[in-house]
Amino acid sequence: MSATMIKEFRLPDLGEGLTESEILSWKVAVGDTVTLNQVIAEVETAKAVVELPSPFAGVVTALHEQPGTIVEVGKPIVSFEVDDAGSGTATGGSAAPVAEAVGAPAKREPNLVGYGAVVEASGRPVRRQRAQSGAAAALAEQSAPAQPLPAATPVDEPLDALSAGERPRSTPPVRKLARDLGIDLQMVTGTGPAGLITRADVQNFVDAAAAGTPAVPAAVGVPGVLPGERETRTPIKGVRKFTAAAMVQSAFTAPHVTEFLTVDVTPTMELLARLKASKGFEGYKLTPLTIAAKAVLVALRRNPTLNSRWDEAAQEIVQFNYVNLGIAAATPRGLTVPNIKDADRMTLLELSMALSELTDTARAGKTSPAELSGGTISITNIGVFGIDAGTPILNPGEAAIVALGSVRKAPWVHNDELAVRQVMSLSLSFDHRMVDGEQGSRFLTDLGAILADPAIVMTML
Amino acid sequence: MLTDEVGKGATSASRPAYSADNPLRSGGSLIQLITPRGERISHPEFDVWVKDVSDEQLGSLYEDMTVIRRIDAEATALQRQGELALWPPLLGQEASQIGSSRALREDDFVFPSYRESGVAYVRGAELAEIAKVWRGNASYGWDPQRIKLATPQIIIGSQSLHATGYAMGIQHDGADSVVMAYFGDGATSEGDVSEAMVFAASFQAPVVFFCQNNHWAISEPVRLQSHVQIADRPNGFGIPSMRVDGNDVLAVLAATRVALDRARKGGGPTFIEAVTYRMGPHTTADDPTRYRDPNELEDWAAKDPIARLKALLDSKGLLTEQLEAKVQAKADAVAAEFRAGCIDMPDPAPLDVFNHVYSTPNSWIERQKDHYSRYLESFSGSAEEGAL
Repeated sequence: MSATMIKEFRLPDLGEGLTESEILSWKVAVGDTVTLNQVIAEVETAKAVVELPSPFAGVVTALHEQPGTIVEVGKPIVSFEVDDAGSGTATGGSAAPVAEAVGAPAKREPNLVGYGAVVEASGRPVRRQRAQSGAAAALAEQSAPAQPLPAATPVDEPLDALSAGERPRSTPPVRKLARDLGIDLQMVTGTGPAGLITRADVQNFVDAAAAGTPAVPAAVGVPGVLPGERETRTPIKGVRKFTAAAMVQSAFTAPHVTEFLTVDVTPTMELLARLKASKGFEGYKLTPLTIAAKAVLVALRRNPTLNSRWDEAAQEIVQFNYVNLGIAAATPRGLTVPNIKDADRMTLLELSMALSELTDTARAGKTSPAELSGGTISITNIGVFGIDAGTPILNPGEAAIVALGSVRKAPWVHNDELAVRQVMSLSLSFDHRMVDGEQGSRFLTDLGAILADPAIVMTML
Repeated sequence: MLTDEVGKGATSASRPAYSADNPLRSGGSLIQLITPRGERISHPEFDVWVKDVSDEQLGSLYEDMTVIRRIDAEATALQRQGELALWPPLLGQEASQIGSSRALREDDFVFPSYRESGVAYVRGAELAEIAKVWRGNASYGWDPQRIKLATPQIIIGSQSLHATGYAMGIQHDGADSVVMAYFGDGATSEGDVSEAMVFAASFQAPVVFFCQNNHWAISEPVRLQSHVQIADRPNGFGIPSMRVDGNDVLAVLAATRVALDRARKGGGPTFIEAVTYRMGPHTTADDPTRYRDPNELEDWAAKDPIARLKALLDSKGLLTEQLEAKVQAKADAVAAEFRAGCIDMPDPAPLDVFNHVYSTPNSWIERQKDHYSRYLESFSGSAEEGAL
């Protein structure tokens, strides 16, 4: 066995000019032996979620970043112990031996492809004419990119750079980072050349604030209220941003009406138990949601106006002769409403399969755009959270949404006597532009009638 | 179906009008010699064009397709590892690229788009030369004259004009070589391709327009771009066309041979639509899951070009352990060479950027070069400090 050495893999620019990526998950752990091109991590860039293949064959010795962190291009994310003789791989711009990376930080990084990052890391080109005292400037140059710097690093002109009224010197991505984090750059001490505030400076400031330790005091007397202690600021982005926009659009364009109906669903629960025990459904996932979804589809057939869309541009109401049934799903990344295409043509068994597939896909975060678009009506199953009723907001473009409450045992008048029955509340919101109280109420009573006595379907089809 | 018979009809009023519902249109039937399940089916017109393909050659087509898929996988990994700036994957288009390029003669000239790395491999480009442009190391990879392959064109469809011009030059030379222009479905919506077809038809230039319809122009589906089949478009220019199963290497080979033969004999341009599928992203910077139905990928995976040739070889008893081991070894060796060639490539010097702007000395460039070198010198004092 030949000698080994440690090599680092630095985050590359994964898509034509990106400066950072978020580590979503690690597919390997410290101590794992990996082969060349084995997938080691999943990362999300501004453009795509991609898998990172290992540039080395060797043993993982360190994972430098946690899942969920946004990492700057060029930063080491994982270290490997590899055979010194080389495992068929050579060193390149982003996969450099540690000796080179640490021992000679002053050497110019071969900026092969990650053009966004090196500028960020090493600051602006320093012209000889610029009056920087050599040693201090060089030190700042060297240390700024690699490690969070102690505040003691001498900088030349912090007072000039931060004199009152002048904007602290920084770069646009760092200013954006500060804004996203709610940090006033006036409060951050820059450690870059000529007092330039680097990304690491901002990060250090946040870390210090979060740890409760006093951060580096501001260079000038800005009264320091440290953010991060009593409130947490999260940038509005991704699914949250999308959800917010959709909800605002829906809530303020479609006049919502919500109706409630509480029904005795004991017969439905009995039916469910019988079906579960039957051979035909063996191995399939049947839940109250499955039956309720089927009931919605049957009720919809008698009340098709709830399955329509307001087309503002065309000044037309589009009534769908098919049902793409949306199911609100809580996923790790937030709320999504994937839909089951042509759900009205499915048998109960097909529907149960489609529902399990849809929820599995959504939970895995693998829902495709096609599955998210084209819904015609939605169900939100708030019962799973132990909730009885609510006023759901319409999925934009749809005319109705049904919220299913939890099934509870409750005192109920049954056959003119007080009995303990299984009871569920239904909440229906509809768009009053297209659906009047009459149609909405009929739909809801149909739905309730089916759940209270599934056999009534015989009279409806 | 071939549409030679309507080839020059644009000038004749008695010929049928060209329209989407013209029964003579080419798109109606897809030329196929190997089914997706790997059965060899006979075709009255095209069988004769691949009659000479021996068992051994069938094996070598399989090898080439497997090798370029491996290059593609290695290059994609190298991009994720920061060793390439970008890579346009060819996954799924192996039969189109190998079947067409293997039909070419050495003295034929090829004008590719950026996705024809498989064609470059067949033409004899060195592996490091293929990697070079995508590493951002140079603006060209190989010497176009040496392997008769132009540098990859990034501008969509422009190479069809270069190809037509080159083909007109061949006419002037009185040679019988042919020019092949590769482009995609999206390029047929570009003005350049239309202009190229006008000139090619007018001058009956010996050029083959080989269109890989991979169904997606980045995120734009082909059905949105063209209300007729792509193979119907050239008919409007008076250019005969064929619509061929682009995942069937024999059918692609046959169709390309028909087109090349016609061009060599003075029969003018031909347009081939190879119906295939881009199974990967547009480039490594793209995320097709944002716009593409995953079911579609599944459908096309069932028509995989390599799997079907493998099944054919198997049914003919040609898929021996020996062949598999040989192909595997070749793919491994090529992948390793591609990786090493990419990673060990020396970085260009800053002043190299001026080298190939003009073929002869130019005072203006010299002046810029001088200014830039003096600018670079101004860093020399702080160069050790990592100033740049």
